Amino acid sequence: MDQARIRNFSIIAHIDHGKSTLADRILELTEAVSAREMREQVLDSMELERERGITIKAQAVRVTWKGHELNLIDTPGHVDFTYEVSRALQACEGALLVVDAAQGIEAQTLANAYLAIENGLEIVPVANKIDLPAADPDGTAIEVADLLGDDPARVLRISAKTGEGVASVLDAIVERVPPPVGDPGAPPRALVFDSSYDQYRGVVAFVRVVDGVFSTREGLRTMVTDTRFDAEELGVFSPAMTAVERLTAGEVGYVVTGLKDVTRLRVGDTLTAVRRPAEEALPGYKDVKPMVFAGLFPTDSDDYPELRDALERLKLNDAALVYEPETSQALGFGFRCGFLGLLHMEIVRERLEREFDLDLLVTAPNVAYRVKEKNGDWVEVHNPAEFPREVEEVEEPYVAASIIVPKEHVGAVMELNNERRGTFGRLEYLSPERVHLTHELPLAEIVLDYYDQLKSRTRGYASFDYDLAGFKPGDLVRVDVLVGGEPVDALSLIVHRGLAYERGRSLVDKLREEIPRQMFDIAIQAAIGSRVIARETVKAKRKDVLAKCYGGDITRKRKLLEKQKAGKKRMKQVGAVEVPQEAFLAVLNIGQGQRS
Amino acid sequence: MSGRARHLYVHLPFCSHRCGYCDFVTVVGRRGQHAGYVDALLRELELQRGLLLSDELETVFLGGGTPTFTALPDLVRLLGSLPAAEEVTVEANPETVTPEVARALHAAGASRVSLGAQTFRPRLLDVLERVAQPDDVRRAVHHLGDAGFDNISLDLVYGIPGQGASDLEADLDDALALGPEHLSCYELEAKPGTRFTHAWGAELVRQADATEDYFERVVTRLTGAGYRWYETANFCRVDAEGRDFRARHNLAYWLGRDYLGLGIGAVSTIESLRWRNTPRLRHYLEALAAGRLPERELEPLDADVRARERLMLGLRLDEPLSLGGLRSALDARGLARAERLGLAVDGGRTLALTRRGRFLGGAVTAEILA
Repeated sequence: MDQARIRNFSIIAHIDHGKSTLADRILELTEAVSAREMREQVLDSMELERERGITIKAQAVRVTWKGHELNLIDTPGHVDFTYEVSRALQACEGALLVVDAAQGIEAQTLANAYLAIENGLEIVPVANKIDLPAADPDGTAIEVADLLGDDPARVLRISAKTGEGVASVLDAIVERVPPPVGDPGAPPRALVFDSSYDQYRGVVAFVRVVDGVFSTREGLRTMVTDTRFDAEELGVFSPAMTAVERLTAGEVGYVVTGLKDVTRLRVGDTLTAVRRPAEEALPGYKDVKPMVFAGLFPTDSDDYPELRDALERLKLNDAALVYEPETSQALGFGFRCGFLGLLHMEIVRERLEREFDLDLLVTAPNVAYRVKEKNGDWVEVHNPAEFPREVEEVEEPYVAASIIVPKEHVGAVMELNNERRGTFGRLEYLSPERVHLTHELPLAEIVLDYYDQLKSRTRGYASFDYDLAGFKPGDLVRVDVLVGGEPVDALSLIVHRGLAYERGRSLVDKLREEIPRQMFDIAIQAAIGSRVIARETVKAKRKDVLAKCYGGDITRKRKLLEKQKAGKKRMKQVGAVEVPQEAFLAVLNIGQGQRS
Repeated sequence: MSGRARHLYVHLPFCSHRCGYCDFVTVVGRRGQHAGYVDALLRELELQRGLLLSDELETVFLGGGTPTFTALPDLVRLLGSLPAAEEVTVEANPETVTPEVARALHAAGASRVSLGAQTFRPRLLDVLERVAQPDDVRRAVHHLGDAGFDNISLDLVYGIPGQGASDLEADLDDALALGPEHLSCYELEAKPGTRFTHAWGAELVRQADATEDYFERVVTRLTGAGYRWYETANFCRVDAEGRDFRARHNLAYWLGRDYLGLGIGAVSTIESLRWRNTPRLRHYLEALAAGRLPERELEPLDADVRARERLMLGLRLDEPLSLGGLRSALDARGLARAERLGLAVDGGRTLALTRRGRFLGGAVTAEILA
């Protein structure tokens, strides 16, 4: 296809603002899928994605409209996947910025819109959901136009749900988004913007060809990691994977690599041909490092091999997931896993439980710390249990947080950020009603319940996004928890010294609620080193009997007892104490729990 | 599985009304059907007689419902037609025990009566929706004594919404003043789906802390008065002449013996099979009128399950449980832990719970069960 007739675009939208519905309408309107094939939201193919209404992996689809080839690259819409988003955007020349006309711009929209602008994309603004009674298309158009420095009249007004205005969106893509400008005659270069793993064909790279031509069975290599393979198959998404002989400059498609290890083909890397290699890789490749860590333990320790196999298989499809074996005194054998962020962690956990049918215990997440050792070396610590009790210097990761909120909630947000050791950045009005706030916060302060708190304190109106902003020194201490006199490594936490007492107290209180009364008194303590900072006791039970048991009751009573026994087996044994799974999540709720 | 049960249970479901907390199989009123039901019971007995060891049983137990609400001629006819037994217990609600009923039961061969007193506080009786008043209990005990009964049991319930510790102590005093041979004391259970749970469930949760020591109070008061705490919820007078007032029929359950149950909802356990008759009166009557056994729900019991049940039931008793053949049902680590905590004593061939272990019997059993 002539490059002049190609348009590559993606859709930027906040969750629930209608991205997937719009994508569906585009597929329908361009007859890329028949009505029979049309399932709701064709692009979100993973079960989990459908359920949560979010896109985890980028997807691509080719449609034709009025003699043009339109490639839609669907991006993950979440902050954890900012890097993937940026790569997907780099594969495009334009982006639809979809804003719910009843909600207005959200922090995530803003973040991704800036990302698109930075990548030099032509932005086509769209006010969606104009069919809703609460919709304010004009107000939304002004807000969006202000953001982009555009004319409100150029903001398209549509309803993806009813289909109204969707054709005008396709027209606008053809008219406003520039065609690709790569050199078809140059040595081939293609950007890998995502990949997936197929158990029969190995790693499949999703690519945007920038220069030159790729042909089937040609020897290829990645320019950053220097991985070599043969292009077993080239193809396009229409929307099913359809093989083609060649992919040329400007086109979007896939390459079947036959590679068995997804880590050898990194998102952001550049593909070129072995026989006619390009000289320079495409810019922007980053080695993404996990920032949030948590321990994953099988509830039943016999499931450890299954967990290991499951992680191996997940990793095939998720290069960002890292893990290493971890042994916990309290929880036995498991893995310490690193994630891009909280959502990423949540997704991995759910996939492990759902697709691999594992019962897991996930410890409270923590961030990566940089600790200066006595010999002056800096080491990174991913596990509170490995955090030295005495440290000379510690650094922790910070984020630049961006929050959009109705003006009456600004006070609540400032207060929350203050409690979370935040530093105020700036405040600007997006409209007379809505304010954009920035703060710098320690990542550790947002990995627990920050988002829940933000939502609850702003009645759900705040939207939030963040970017990593490097490491900074922190006055941090390790708080240990002892249950029945035994330290529970899985409950240790690293906190700012000024918050240690409060968090320790809160954790101990929470544990007292979560640990059921047993046949003896149980002391629960929080300690910094050998100094106990909080203590509670779970009093021994005084009675536990099934009152009546005669001839007609025996089966029922036996089943109750067997249930009680099974319940005990699900608990984790800490010394003599049985600790329910939930207790290990107590740390998740200790932040400012009393306020919610 | 023929001819081994020495214990017979007969269910008489009729009641004058259904108490809010009750989840037994009961039928309210239906006086016109009492005779037909007794006919059906006797027919079921005929069909099942082969399962009984002989004509001389150890125990017969008429439970309910309110057996003494059954029309008296039918009740007497039933008692007269059942096989003879060394202990024949009839459950009764106090208000139904007139001198006439007491004499008739005694004459028909009943040797023991279990009275549902529950509490002696009128306002708590109201909460339970019981018909009887405290004086009905006292009168019933006297009528039974006058009729010749020398083995009377009282049921008490504790943990009733609004029952303070002094109410409980007063109930125990009032019960002891009647000098019963036997006492059963149950913590009130909010059984799912009952009217009572709907009305009082939340209150029971609220007062859980305050009533936590009631079980200990009951045991302390009754053992202090010379009663033997021979089963988790059961106490018997220790007789100077050495007569054993434990409920022999119930003891058979706790010792894992076989038993045959007749009537709607009645459960039988014989060797490796347990079954439960249909709880529906009409189905039961129709089947037996046609000379068929009623529909029943079967539950096969393998050796492992029976061993677990033996353990669960046996540990409710004050006498050490003989472990012959039961070791495999034990979790050695759990047992060691229970011993370390002073809750159980492993005597090698026997296993017993300590006093504190008995208060925590459920948890301890769950701990030591494999």
